[in-house]
Amino acid sequence: MSALPAPLEEVVEDFAAVAPRDRLQLLLEMGQELPALPERFASRAGMEQVQECQSPLFLAVEVEQAGPVHLWFDAPAEAPTTRGFAGILRTGLEGASAEQVLAVPDDFYVRLGLAELVSPLRLRGMAAMLARVKGQVRAAS
Amino acid sequence: MALPVDAQAESAGYAHPERLVSTAWLAEHLGQPGLVVVESDEDVLLYDTGHVPGSVKVDWHTELNDPVTRDYVDGERFAALMRAKGISRDSTVVIYGDRNNWWAAYALWVFTLFGHPDVRLLDGGRAKWAAEGRELTTAVPEPVAADYPVVERDDSRVRAFKDDVLAHLGSPLIDVRSPGEYTGELLHMPDYPQEGAVRGGHVPGARNVPWATAAAEDATFRPLEELRALYEGGAGLSPEDDVVVYCRIGERSSHTWFVLTHLLGYDRVRNYDGSWTEWGNSVRVPIETGSGQ
Repeated sequence: MSALPAPLEEVVEDFAAVAPRDRLQLLLEMGQELPALPERFASRAGMEQVQECQSPLFLAVEVEQAGPVHLWFDAPAEAPTTRGFAGILRTGLEGASAEQVLAVPDDFYVRLGLAELVSPLRLRGMAAMLARVKGQVRAAS
Repeated sequence: MALPVDAQAESAGYAHPERLVSTAWLAEHLGQPGLVVVESDEDVLLYDTGHVPGSVKVDWHTELNDPVTRDYVDGERFAALMRAKGISRDSTVVIYGDRNNWWAAYALWVFTLFGHPDVRLLDGGRAKWAAEGRELTTAVPEPVAADYPVVERDDSRVRAFKDDVLAHLGSPLIDVRSPGEYTGELLHMPDYPQEGAVRGGHVPGARNVPWATAAAEDATFRPLEELRALYEGGAGLSPEDDVVVYCRIGERSSHTWFVLTHLLGYDRVRNYDGSWTEWGNSVRVPIETGSGQ
């Protein structure tokens, strides 16, 4: 099994280490830490909508020449779960290399231990976000 | 010890105004003995970001479902849930939520399976309350454990199972999903969640009235005449009809069940919660594709 980038591994371990009830709090905090969108994405130009999410979620991926990947997410405050998922990916993958991002197992989120708290449909939104991040990384590489 | 009916809902002419309260009514009655406010959302974290002061959260996924039997909780567990939330059998329960009260209506429908006497929806739900700048707090109440009897769930009145729907073919059916899901076209779209059904389409004879068309821009229910035009003029229903509503897993159709039952006053409306995830996958069960109407 491929290793996760260190920051993502750390997030996964944080979730696994706490009781189910506290995982929701952690998810909330991950969403709150999502940075504001830079000016260049005003009006969501160049962003891709993740249709699979239950709430509007847009993302953009910037890949530096042979360098790190940068991730940007836009999700409304009324969708804190979706924001939380975005926060996990942002914290876990920001600055990783394209190879590292592409090597993240598609089902890594299973290890977060959220299945008993969050419905399968909601969790699929997270899988879809990762799939689209990978798609953009591939397109840019 | 039920709280008074909202005069505003009464003047709107809905069949059962005692099932609906306005944001103004809720603001006025907040904190009164006998009232318990429940938030039930699609987004499991929304309550934690701020909620109506004193309200308790009910999560449909973890608290109303039985994870083993693919069914709702039984009387014992419902009673335990009610006690923990500070709800007694004579409490007036007002439920609100996100996304046009979609999940709030679902929770209300489950309360109905247990015959909770006084359960109401907040018209406009969370969005309207927030849009009016009314108070939201992150302070989580610690309800005083209430006394709630064990009531056996009664599925016969408002719930339909697959066999009931098979027996119902030829009678009025409302499919509340999006037009694309109804025609069957959505199952062929790439990169879209397939919702676990092997076939796309609808139950034969079902008319398509997407659930959210019953809601206005501000998430409140549309006026009586507009609802009549939608379901009676548009979809050909009449108040004396025996109607089955469904969607994908029975959540969106709870909203339509609420409209037909409590706003338009239909006596016989059942929600088929197995919905398309069950019907679309079932062996020897017929479907129809295309626009169908």
